[in-house]
Amino acid sequence: MIEGAKWRRWVFFYIPLGAFVFILLFPFYWMLVTSFRPDNELYRPWMAPNYTPFWTLHPTLDHIRFLLGETLFSTWMLNTLIISIVATIISLFCGLLAGYALSRLNFPFAGSLGTGIFITYLVPQTLLFIPLADIIRNFRLGDTPWALILTYPTFLIPFCTWLLMGYFKAIPKELEECARIDGATRWKAMIYIIFPIAVPGILSAGIFAFTLSWNEFIYALVFLSSPAEKTVSVGVTSELIRGDVFFWGALMAGALLGSVPVAMVYSFFVEYYVAGLTGSVKG
Amino acid sequence: MAQVLIRNLNKMYGDVHAVKDVNLEIRDNEFLVLVGPSGCGKTTTLRMVAGLESITSGQIMIDDVKVNDLPPMDRDIAMVFQNYALYPHMSVYDNMAFGLKMRKVGRADIAKRVQEAADILGIGDYLKRKPRQLSGGQRQRVALGRAIVRHPKVFLFDEPLSNLDAKLRVQMRVELKKLHTRLSTTAIYVTHDQVEAMTLGDRVVVMKDGLVQQVGEPLELYHTPANRFVAGFLGSPAMNFAAVRVHEADGALHAGSEGFRIDIPAEIGPRLRSYAGRDVTLGIRPEDLQLANGSHPPGLCFEAVVELVERLGAESLLDLQVGRQTMVASVEPTVRAQRGEKLRFAMRPERVHFFDAASEKAI
Repeated sequence: MIEGAKWRRWVFFYIPLGAFVFILLFPFYWMLVTSFRPDNELYRPWMAPNYTPFWTLHPTLDHIRFLLGETLFSTWMLNTLIISIVATIISLFCGLLAGYALSRLNFPFAGSLGTGIFITYLVPQTLLFIPLADIIRNFRLGDTPWALILTYPTFLIPFCTWLLMGYFKAIPKELEECARIDGATRWKAMIYIIFPIAVPGILSAGIFAFTLSWNEFIYALVFLSSPAEKTVSVGVTSELIRGDVFFWGALMAGALLGSVPVAMVYSFFVEYYVAGLTGSVKG
Repeated sequence: MAQVLIRNLNKMYGDVHAVKDVNLEIRDNEFLVLVGPSGCGKTTTLRMVAGLESITSGQIMIDDVKVNDLPPMDRDIAMVFQNYALYPHMSVYDNMAFGLKMRKVGRADIAKRVQEAADILGIGDYLKRKPRQLSGGQRQRVALGRAIVRHPKVFLFDEPLSNLDAKLRVQMRVELKKLHTRLSTTAIYVTHDQVEAMTLGDRVVVMKDGLVQQVGEPLELYHTPANRFVAGFLGSPAMNFAAVRVHEADGALHAGSEGFRIDIPAEIGPRLRSYAGRDVTLGIRPEDLQLANGSHPPGLCFEAVVELVERLGAESLLDLQVGRQTMVASVEPTVRAQRGEKLRFAMRPERVHFFDAASEKAI
């Protein structure tokens, strides 16, 4: 906390903080207002006398009704949900085992393998989708949810592994040794001792993996083509922008509803998630 | 109830030879303490007994069974770690019950044994708490409790008192000793603290650089150290050492350096005869230096200048300048010595040690 005179607290704390919060939240506010603004207000020129860009006096549910009734939005939501959850589970499972092995089992080249996994995470998706598209075609997975469920882990597993590896390293080795002397096999020590202690780390890895797959755009755009298979991020942008016509109200409503699940996941697990990132294990 | 036999035990970490040919026999119900400076291989030895480190060569037998390749869980041992290693997500009760659950002990039996151990250690009131809600001393007790509920063949302690504050450490040391008497189980205890080693051990093993220096009962090590390292490691303040040269004159042996000369006591004379004309190290413990009065044999008396007086209450420590050497003498608190004062001290003849200057072995 800033100490000293009142003006110091305002200048160095409240005003910068307020500005920061404003910049972060303004796009969401804009999204919210646009979703409920009637079309005639949306397309009113800025020099019109009754131009009110920051609020609306005639809120309407038309855009949401259009989105849910006239488009496949609910299908896209369901697709995204299933793909994100399954991809997250696969990645978390592999990440847990790989992270544990890399941090705990002293096998040759464990260190360089860990670095190697991290490097694969650095390969940009914008390059990777080209060879992946070929693989997807060869396995005839194109235009099915499996195209994404199986490709998302290519960037999620390195991410989860790396995050969990760091977390496992922070857990004292003695806990596991003690469990093994107490009569647990390595497997049981992992299940009963290490994983429960690592719950904050596992949850934050899971939340990140879920968010990354929920927001993913390029793979979804390339691997899926029929409207009924699309995810929210691709569906909203491809179906609500027709040529040079932007359905702004419905676009913003889609963005708003699409970010609700992520916001919910974060707010439920925020405590664990913070503990997971700061990596505090108290013995 | 078990004896542990360690034969020609070696541990290599790459090129580092951490434990060198250790041979030890830990008798049934014995409390054996491994002591030495950090990096001497004591913890590695203990961890090999526990099965947490692989054995490079040699054998470890528990009750005549070779355990070299047994996993820790099958060795029937319990270990207390320096940082307690309590499972943070479990209550005290579950911490203590974990080992029994893993061994498929019945629920009622677990409850009985945990309660029993909790009563012995006085932690019955905390069974529902999580480790983080306990103080250091209480955590230490839980760690002990977790070890004793299992009724293992051997207890292994890896510096269990190091994380406690000084006062609590003394208290827990006493309790540990009582506990061992009560449970009468074979125990191997690792510490770097020579006081713990002396007070707890039935026998003490002094290690340095991976080698066993000496094994014996605490007082045996204290009074007849095998080499200069053991002599200097045990005892506080440490033994005084002085580089001296042995001379032979008129059939009697003397030892001395510049400004300092004593007659070598007749009892140890024969052993030192071959060292005549050579350099040796003289060792004398601070409490074996006394203010000289008429009753002391004049040949073992010497003059010293008091450099500093440390009054500890029960005793006073005098830092002395003896010729070119410095020594510490522990004297009665009633002695009123002043800085710069010249005093005459006498060595107790039976307590004078000599060490080979090169090999550092006791002569």
